[in-house]
Amino acid sequence: MSAEFQERIEAGIKIEPKDEMPEGYRNTLIRQISQHAHSEIVGQLPEGNWITRAPTLKRKAILLAKVQDEAGHGLYLYAAVETLGVTREQTIQDLLSGKAKYSSIFNYPTLTWADIGAIGWLVDGAAIINQIPICRCSYGPYARAMVRICKEETFHQRQGFEIMLTLARGTPEQKAMAQDALNRWWWPSLMMHGPPDADSKHSAQSMAWKIKLFSNDELRQKFVDQIAPQADFLGLKIPDPDLKWNPERGHYDFGPIDWNEFYSVIQGNGPCNRERLQARIDAHRQGAWVRDAAAAYAAKQRAKARVA
Amino acid sequence: MSEWPLWEVFIRSMHGLAHKHVGSLHAPDAEMAIRNARDVYTRRNEGVSIWVVRSSDITASSPGDKEALFEPANSKVYRHPTFYEVPDEVENL
Ligand SMILES: [Fe+2]
Ligand SMILES: [Fe+2]
Repeated sequence: MSAEFQERIEAGIKIEPKDEMPEGYRNTLIRQISQHAHSEIVGQLPEGNWITRAPTLKRKAILLAKVQDEAGHGLYLYAAVETLGVTREQTIQDLLSGKAKYSSIFNYPTLTWADIGAIGWLVDGAAIINQIPICRCSYGPYARAMVRICKEETFHQRQGFEIMLTLARGTPEQKAMAQDALNRWWWPSLMMHGPPDADSKHSAQSMAWKIKLFSNDELRQKFVDQIAPQADFLGLKIPDPDLKWNPERGHYDFGPIDWNEFYSVIQGNGPCNRERLQARIDAHRQGAWVRDAAAAYAAKQRAKARVA
Repeated sequence: MSEWPLWEVFIRSMHGLAHKHVGSLHAPDAEMAIRNARDVYTRRNEGVSIWVVRSSDITASSPGDKEALFEPANSKVYRHPTFYEVPDEVENL
């Protein structure tokens, strides 16, 4: 089946849930899409931290809508995972047990309001760059979920940039707050594109299967090239002394990334790993009675309908 | 507790258009499925009407039957207007 499957991938014919596919392809997708879904869900937590403390009613409404979108993204993606033959319950269990991973960026804390700006601008910005190519990936349900998601992400990045712009044009204290947020979120955002190509163990196969269309380093370069001029516009300084435009390459050069930090956070040693997972476990446990009650009510209604 | 059933969601995006499949979700019953579909799939005026149907109630053709089902149509090119040659002088045809 392998050669035939590869031919189909190369011909650009999408793979759909009931089609035959190699186990490796299925498992890669299950791992990647569920990780992606978990990231959307856990990603609500750092921003949720500021919903009750947003500086104005307008900002609060915007942030609520943004966080609600992330919940939606998680649900589109959980549905896509399910088409591969894993139950929703199992996928959620894998998150709660710590077996499944989510993007390590969400293990950093949101210390000030400016962090909400930095997240929208940088974290959603990096996510958009990672996600746009996935709209064309070989697995139909994943590609379709990603089209919906990408349509909504632009709002996320713009609202973040607008927060940064407002702070950057505000009092010296507000501008300093924006700079501090950029300082803290810059490097973790660069890590969102994944380890360098040389160390990326799944990349080659994923690219052959067209689950991945650009390498991590290509995506990262694209991100830096987009963000650097925007930081200039804001009058903020990216915390990298090596960052500068390279006219020969037509790209920005940037300094080395501390991958030890990345692996350490993935391993569970980030500032908020424990807190994030605990929040999900608590939410799941505290919501149990609602799920049970709704199921009991539905069963009762069905029984009534049968009698009538 | 057993998992809530899976529902397929169809949305009519504008008056005059057909409902189109947009995705799926879990819900305990049809009414809750509609409510959840509203929150998950129509946060930006994407629809004027929602259908939900239990996924287990859908019968789908299988990819293996593709040839038996769709091949016969391939050879019947005369079903398309482009099959016919119309002299240049003839109009409104
Ligand atoms: Fe998202
Ligand atoms: Fe987002």
